Amino acid sequence: MKPAPAPSGSPSRPAVRRATVVWAVAARDLRLVTGSSAVMIPLVVVPLVFLVVLPVVFAVLAHLGGAAVVGGADLASLLQRMPLPIAGRLAGLDPPGQMLVLVLGYLMAPMFLVLPLMVASVIAADSFAGEKERKTLEALLYTPTSDTELFGAKLLAALLPAVAVSWGGLLVYASVADVVAYPYLHRLLLPDTLWLVLVLWVAPAVAGLGLGITVLVSARVRSFQEAYQLGGVVVLPIVAVVAGQAAGVIYLDAIAALVVGAALFAVDVLILGWGLRSFSRDALTSRP
Amino acid sequence: MNDAVILTRGLGRRFTHGEQHVEALSGLDLEVRRGEVFGLLGHNGSGKTTTVRLLNGILRPSTGTATVLGLDPGRDGPALRARSGVLTETPALDERLSAHETLALFGRIYGLSRTFAAARATALLEAFALADRAKDVVGSFSRGMKQRMALARTLVHEPELIFLDEPTAGLDPVAARDVHDLVRTVTAGQGRTVVLCTHNLMEAQRLCDRVAVLRRGVMVALGAPAALGHGARGGHVRLEVPAERRARAIEAVRDALDVHGAEHRGGGEGSGVRAGDAPGEVVLDDAAPVRVAAAVAALVHAGVPVFAAVPSETSLEDAYFELVGDAGARGEGA
Repeated sequence: MKPAPAPSGSPSRPAVRRATVVWAVAARDLRLVTGSSAVMIPLVVVPLVFLVVLPVVFAVLAHLGGAAVVGGADLASLLQRMPLPIAGRLAGLDPPGQMLVLVLGYLMAPMFLVLPLMVASVIAADSFAGEKERKTLEALLYTPTSDTELFGAKLLAALLPAVAVSWGGLLVYASVADVVAYPYLHRLLLPDTLWLVLVLWVAPAVAGLGLGITVLVSARVRSFQEAYQLGGVVVLPIVAVVAGQAAGVIYLDAIAALVVGAALFAVDVLILGWGLRSFSRDALTSRP
Repeated sequence: MNDAVILTRGLGRRFTHGEQHVEALSGLDLEVRRGEVFGLLGHNGSGKTTTVRLLNGILRPSTGTATVLGLDPGRDGPALRARSGVLTETPALDERLSAHETLALFGRIYGLSRTFAAARATALLEAFALADRAKDVVGSFSRGMKQRMALARTLVHEPELIFLDEPTAGLDPVAARDVHDLVRTVTAGQGRTVVLCTHNLMEAQRLCDRVAVLRRGVMVALGAPAALGHGARGGHVRLEVPAERRARAIEAVRDALDVHGAEHRGGGEGSGVRAGDAPGEVVLDDAAPVRVAAAVAALVHAGVPVFAAVPSETSLEDAYFELVGDAGARGEGA
């Protein structure tokens, strides 16, 4: 073995470099995510289905048979259950146009939040529980990061892609929705105020929620799959909102979305604070 | 004192799991000097890894204090870890990353610039004979190569203090020898201090300047491996005398050592002289030089020729098993 040449200088550690170190840990986690097909497949397939396949399928269904084709739904009775603002937006449109506005513009809006939730949960499960499963966490514990920095870096690695997928996803989804709906509406369907609030404000909060729940779950399980599956229960409130919307029980507008987002951010702070307390080096290496 | 890189006083850590309390380490008083290779010797569960974690600010002590590189590990953990490097018991490598990526990313985490981290990664791969596999994912490496990778990662930021936790566990003899060579290379003439945790007695004897033997979290011996070996009860000297005069020789040595031994040990113990297996062999238990000299002088005085005085091949292994016992060496109660 030949000795490796020594560095030309010791690594400096002024405060300004802390962010670089945190980013380096996050970059490592992100690189690990892209190297795993188990993690990447849901991260690619789910957005692809949601952002492209579903709008196109709905457009084809609307074109072929209108509302009657969509699961046998009775558009008229569905419209009757819709809150007035929605019914107003649908007035004057032919049935395919009504269906596209209702499904792509309204009912899919909360469903879109599944994307940041799923992305954050998958990456967090890999970053926390997966790292434990692969026994690679200990090497990170010996790096010159504080507990908070290490935790923050891992949050960053999950949160940034979730937000990027949400924001980028809106561009893709809105483009596809507008292309398929324009022949019926003769105007752009998206983005509207509700969608902008949901994606720019609520989506990061939802991502934080998925992240926080997965961090807590990861502390108690031993594998990526366990953490991912248990953390997945967070999707249930979103499904409930979608069902409530379809039943006309819930009306989600931009104001309601702003309030929901603020409430979720408050919950995020609590859950992530709890997660940080369980992420201390001492706690991680003391568990049997 | 100023030369001490590690100084601990009464250092201890207790783990509590439900109703169960485990004293993983207790009352550790240790001083490791700059530039030495210091061994922490003990079986699984003896407290070696706990010690490494305490000394790097990973675990908080339940009792006592530690100063490492002049820093308090509990308070100054990040600053301390910027100057120390730890080879963990399992390589803990990201198997999805390539060898070069692994080292470059860790270089970044240790605060090196992107350019410098990449250059450092290349240099280390060259030094550790892994340059031809730089672009391969670490998951495809053999166990010995992974251990070399892990050691390279430990050195990526040029640490002053290196902890090696079971560096050759599970390696075949050739890979283990390679790792030994690497350890010698990274310590030779560079003023680095190494703490080597091992249950491999041969490894400790070969590499360490001093060792501390841990048993169930308590340090039971401290010293140079050779000194510990000589201090073991298994250490003895065979004196070769004419066969027909052996009885006289034993009597003369016993008389001399009874007096000398009483002075030397404070009295109360036997002389520890017996006949050996060979016809002209006298065995002197306890090979302390002063006792050997007294025995030889007594034989000369009694007119018994001494053909040879041969120290037994006592080793750290003898000392270790004497200190921790067979049960301890098997890891019972760990």
